[in-house]
Amino acid sequence: MSPLAALFIRDVRLAVRVGGGGGIGVLFFLIVVVLTPFAIGPDLALLGRVGPAILWLGALLASLLTLDRLFAVDYEDGSLDLILMADTPLELAVAAKAAAHWLTTGLPLVIATPLLGLFMNLDAGASAAVALTLLAGTPALTCIGLIGAALAVALRRGGLLLAVLVLPLTVPVLIFGVAASNAAIVGPLPFGTPFTILCALTLTSLVVGIFAAAMALRQGME
Amino acid sequence: MPPVRLAMRLEASGLACIRGGREVFSGLGFALADGEALLVTGRNGAGKSSLLRMMAGLVRIAGGRLALAGADPEKTIPEQAHYLGHQDALKPSLTVAENLGFWTQYLAGAEGPETALATVGLAALADLPAAYLSAGQRRRLSLARLLSIKRPIWLLDEPASALDREAQDMLAGLMRRHLSGGGIIVAATHGPIGLDGAKELRLGEVT
Amino acid sequence: MALIDLANPTRFLRLANRALPWLVGITGAVFVIGLYLATNAPDDYQQGATVKIMFIHVPSAWLGMFGWALMSVAALGTLVWRHPLADVAAKAAAPIGAAFTFLCLVTGSLWGRPMWGTYWVWDARLTSVLILFLMYLGVIALWRTVEDPSRAARAAAILTLVGAINLPIIKWSVDWWNTLHQPASVLKVGGPSIYATILIPLLMMALGFTLLFLTLHVAAMRNEILRRRVRTLMLMQAQTAPGSGA
Repeated sequence: MSPLAALFIRDVRLAVRVGGGGGIGVLFFLIVVVLTPFAIGPDLALLGRVGPAILWLGALLASLLTLDRLFAVDYEDGSLDLILMADTPLELAVAAKAAAHWLTTGLPLVIATPLLGLFMNLDAGASAAVALTLLAGTPALTCIGLIGAALAVALRRGGLLLAVLVLPLTVPVLIFGVAASNAAIVGPLPFGTPFTILCALTLTSLVVGIFAAAMALRQGME
Repeated sequence: MPPVRLAMRLEASGLACIRGGREVFSGLGFALADGEALLVTGRNGAGKSSLLRMMAGLVRIAGGRLALAGADPEKTIPEQAHYLGHQDALKPSLTVAENLGFWTQYLAGAEGPETALATVGLAALADLPAAYLSAGQRRRLSLARLLSIKRPIWLLDEPASALDREAQDMLAGLMRRHLSGGGIIVAATHGPIGLDGAKELRLGEVT
Repeated sequence: MALIDLANPTRFLRLANRALPWLVGITGAVFVIGLYLATNAPDDYQQGATVKIMFIHVPSAWLGMFGWALMSVAALGTLVWRHPLADVAAKAAAPIGAAFTFLCLVTGSLWGRPMWGTYWVWDARLTSVLILFLMYLGVIALWRTVEDPSRAARAAAILTLVGAINLPIIKWSVDWWNTLHQPASVLKVGGPSIYATILIPLLMMALGFTLLFLTLHVAAMRNEILRRRVRTLMLMQAQTAPGSGA
């Protein structure tokens, strides 16, 4: 088995055995969505209008908060040392870990979206639109969050500081994700315009996030 | 294809290390040919671990140079070295075999993990989650990693700690076997670890 | 890991193995009777046959809450008396209670669609049950994340007791808020207000579901005890292997 495949499978295995797969991320997503009506009020019409936004915020928070420990665990038990001493470039190792994180956290969020759309009074088409934008956008969230996760190791800090640093970087993804969802639900913008920009943001963040995270890890190892 | 082992030579001259703004050591030098071992001794805080991590590429070389001649020119020193630090790089929720199997695959090892596990005496525990291992058994598992993946340079940070007498003898045997196969060992240690005839580098003394 | 840890659970295992076939039999029998009565009950003049979702929905709601009550009693057993079986009872009850709560939410949602025109509405009772479901998931996540069973048990016990405050709120929420949901019609002052031809099948189904809960619970407790034994055996295997003394 190739080294990267081995790393990917190991991370997926760990996520499934320790965290119950995407369980805890989806649970957090669910709780954020459930909390909203308590703040906004149970008016179904209003909830339907802000539904896509709330789903996007929930997915954003669930993604970023689960990324916090992505590299820290490997750093603490000495695995990161060995990964740095391998033939495989660190950037590819980071990409493999990001892919494993998306598969076990981002993808379950996308799958949970139609169910949660029910709570936000979104009909089937609207939920599908939100799910599609999340499918395109959650990889971006994972890759941007990678930077925070790597900085957490480099700075030996975690928690809210990193969230504060990384959340502003996710604003463009959030804007276009919600815009695409609303375009599909109410128009008048065609869905394609914000959606293609969202895809472009994802592709950009894939490159920037992975390289920046690898750089941060190397710097932080001193 | 395993690299053809010509006569290797690991040379360091004028090595300096700065950790946390403080200069830990400077002007360090040594030379090792294949089949030779270096024991790094000194009080705690003298920089033994830092020296090993520097050779492993995990700490920046603040001054001087470190060069490896006669080995694979395509690879850096860390890519041809094993580092055995204070931590064991084990995931508690994976089994012993899965842990070793992962590292063997990730670091492109040649031997299957079963042989290495048998050599260190952990074959019976292969399917046990690593969480249930004692400190000595975790150390043995790390040693198994050195066996299943062939790299010429071994950087060992207090390898005998947490090992019982039987395991220490096994470690000495493994190290002797590595040296007679043309490998190089640099080991930080507080006491003797069974390598007679090794060179010694004492840190923390003013030259 | 003293001998005392194995004493009670061993006796329980023997009891469970003997009792389970009987429990399964009685549960099956009660369900047969209950389903017969339920299918022969009269249709509602307004809702038609849809009203019969009630025969699953209402018992699930009761059992979702019953599950948490059972966990609360077990939690007291863990914290106050340190009874070895209390941990096992609590851990085994959580998924079963969660499943019944989930069943309640799903059947309620399916029932709500023809009745109210929507799959979900944020009224007090639905929301409280949803919160209960989330709390179940939280406790299950807690059990899974903490490796050491006794530490997990104490943490889960505290969480369970705090969550038990939610149960009265569900029961009386319908009377406190003016909501869309059916007001309480069985357990209220003055006795039940639904007609006997609906009430009898309902109680029968409730009895069947309760027996189902207990059967599943006993089986789950047995599984949990066996799982802990495997863990102990693995620990012993590691401790008696070479190199373990170091």
